[in-house]
Amino acid sequence: MPERHQSAAAGAAPVPGARAPWRGTVAVVGGTVVDETGSRRADVVARDGRVVAVGPGLDVPAGATVLDAGGCLVAPGLVDLHTHLRQPGAEEAETVETGSRAAALGGFTAVVAMPNTDPPVDSAAVALEILSLGAAALCRVAVAGAITVGRAGERLAPMGELAALGVRLFTDDGAGVQDGGLMRRALDYARGLGVTLAQHCEDRAIAAGGVMHEGNWSARLGLPGMPAAAEEAMVARDLALVAATGARVHFLHLSCARSLGLVAAARAAGLPVTAEVAPHHLSLTDAELAAYDPLFKVNPPLRGAPDVAAVRRACAEGTVDAVATDHAPHAPHTKQAPMDEAPPGMLGLQTAWPVTLGALHRGEPDLGEGDGDAPGGIRAMAVAEVVGLLSWRPARIAGLHPSAGGDQGGPVVDGAAANLCVLDPAERWTVDAARLASRSTNSPWHGRTLTGAVRHTVVAGEPVVIDGEAQR
Amino acid sequence: MQDLGADGIAAVLRLSDRFVEVAQRAIPKVPALRGRTVATLFSETSTRTRLSFETAARRLSADVVSFSPTGSSIAKGESLRDTVETVAAMGVDCFVVRHACAGVPAQVAGWTGASVVNAGDGWHEHPTQALLDCATIRQVLAERDGRRAEDTGTEAFAGLRVTIVGDVAHSRVARSDVHALAALGASVTLVAPGSLLPPSLAGWPVAAATSDLDAVLPDTDVCYLLRLQTERGAGAFVPSLREYTAGFGLTARRADRLPEHAVILHPGPMVRGVEIAAEVADLPRTAVLRQVANGVAVRMAVLFLLLGAEEVPADA
Repeated sequence: MPERHQSAAAGAAPVPGARAPWRGTVAVVGGTVVDETGSRRADVVARDGRVVAVGPGLDVPAGATVLDAGGCLVAPGLVDLHTHLRQPGAEEAETVETGSRAAALGGFTAVVAMPNTDPPVDSAAVALEILSLGAAALCRVAVAGAITVGRAGERLAPMGELAALGVRLFTDDGAGVQDGGLMRRALDYARGLGVTLAQHCEDRAIAAGGVMHEGNWSARLGLPGMPAAAEEAMVARDLALVAATGARVHFLHLSCARSLGLVAAARAAGLPVTAEVAPHHLSLTDAELAAYDPLFKVNPPLRGAPDVAAVRRACAEGTVDAVATDHAPHAPHTKQAPMDEAPPGMLGLQTAWPVTLGALHRGEPDLGEGDGDAPGGIRAMAVAEVVGLLSWRPARIAGLHPSAGGDQGGPVVDGAAANLCVLDPAERWTVDAARLASRSTNSPWHGRTLTGAVRHTVVAGEPVVIDGEAQR
Repeated sequence: MQDLGADGIAAVLRLSDRFVEVAQRAIPKVPALRGRTVATLFSETSTRTRLSFETAARRLSADVVSFSPTGSSIAKGESLRDTVETVAAMGVDCFVVRHACAGVPAQVAGWTGASVVNAGDGWHEHPTQALLDCATIRQVLAERDGRRAEDTGTEAFAGLRVTIVGDVAHSRVARSDVHALAALGASVTLVAPGSLLPPSLAGWPVAAATSDLDAVLPDTDVCYLLRLQTERGAGAFVPSLREYTAGFGLTARRADRLPEHAVILHPGPMVRGVEIAAEVADLPRTAVLRQVANGVAVRMAVLFLLLGAEEVPADA
């Protein structure tokens, strides 16, 4: 293991599962290019996987595939820090192929596959299997590794072996590392490897088997609740451990006001922490559980309106670094079960852009019934800022940004890797779960109308989505 | 219970009066639901509720089939939905559902076109228990005034002071009773240790919630005791049964603090010596067996309203 570890540190080993650039020319015309350097009206021409020209009124090269971007934003492809592709182990729910197709249709050019597969990603063999499946996928598939063997929270997984394959994020997602002493060792070890630990913050004893947010609705519905304190307690513990070890922590899918307040204070004190939130925590409340539909059972649970408002505010104030989907497919029959048996999770890849744009740019849906902390007074984020939360900012956390030698989220300039998405901020469409690319249908947005759509997606120069249709 | 409202509750009570009369006949059976099939789906152990529903269905001449997870294909790995659809395909008019998880009766209703009666779901609701409790209270209050229950409406509930004592947090009975009694105009006070109160009472139509039982007893017309649900891990919520009884048990000394006219109710099964002292359980003012008797009549009324003809048949 030490040998492989060193070769990774030296950057000598080729990235397993790397895709060959697509041979051909694509011209994206008539749009507004948005990246971390700003925005400008420009056409983009890419050839053989690289951007070769950016500017207004470019001549379309002969033989190029022309993608109309009129009225749209042309951005570095979206990067999802939190995708459950379910392969290996639960192929009836999703596969790398179907999940990557859903990702591409959602504007994502890269996803980080979560390690709670069966078997979990706690060995090089499983990571290599996913990476090799990813080489043929419709977007780039990066892999997160487990922190502990079997995600059991008992002993450290071989993080060095996995880091040698290019794994940069480690998490036991689905469960937080309950043992504070073990988490501390994991942080010390991760610091030595230069990788980031990502925590699913949930103190299991405080969560006490809850199936939804503990609050007015759980008390009324007679369902066991999971208090916000279960998340907050682990955030507080991990911040203390970050201060003690100096290692980096990324907080997954934060959902409550106090957790975000703790992160904001830690950031102000200079601790190396980042945080993501999920689109559903920006938009849906625990009132959705009123009809006992396990479709809305998710972990962390949908919270009350004051927490949803706090998550939006934390995005507007800069506490949140990324919006990540926590795309969690489950086969239909598993979701049609009693609330305590149905697995938590919902689809997110194909609805992330409109839902996030709606919540952070337009303040939709309205959180009217908010008791206490009124949602009013939250700054409406600019469209480009919203794109940043889904694109270049998560690319940095994933270690996929050009600044870390990667090919995702970088400025759209000559010579850049051609990973692009073309986002329509105004198109309205009604979600039909059966027509989504995922093998599963557990979308909380089924039957609802969203504003904002993905028109085209270009991955490594290949137009994988044209006019909202996957090309393979 | 909330959907039923005061008028709905009154309608069930009126109809149940007629079925109380049926129970007193030499042959307590009417042909109202002949040819109908009622299936009881109980995934949680229950003797009284299942027997009560089955008795109610049989007295209406309905056919009854029963299944439970331990004795059916659910134990073999079949999903609840598949089981329900399979049984429904055999021609069932009504499912009576008891489940340890809140919301299952509502889910079952979405999976089948048959009627569904909630016979208790998790910590959520137990509507027929609340209806039989209302029927019992109405009966006792009417008799006190020298009247017959069927000659009264629900006006006696206005301002009635009901105290519900015990494990409110995990009690479907408490949730249903709070809504039913409040809808009829009663003033409900909850008494429990802090660890057995729900995390929030927002939206609950209660007058007060307290941990001081002794202070509330003198102002109580109906004292409703809940069972301490030891199977849900009492140790985690109260230090010991002994300490619970010391603070929240209806001892003989505490029963003496109740006004003379006050009624004591308990949904059963009673644990004598914990939430209710043995001698209190046997007092004439303790109406527990009346609750059980009314349970059959109320469940006959519910089944008849769901499955019966438009009119109550003349011979009913």
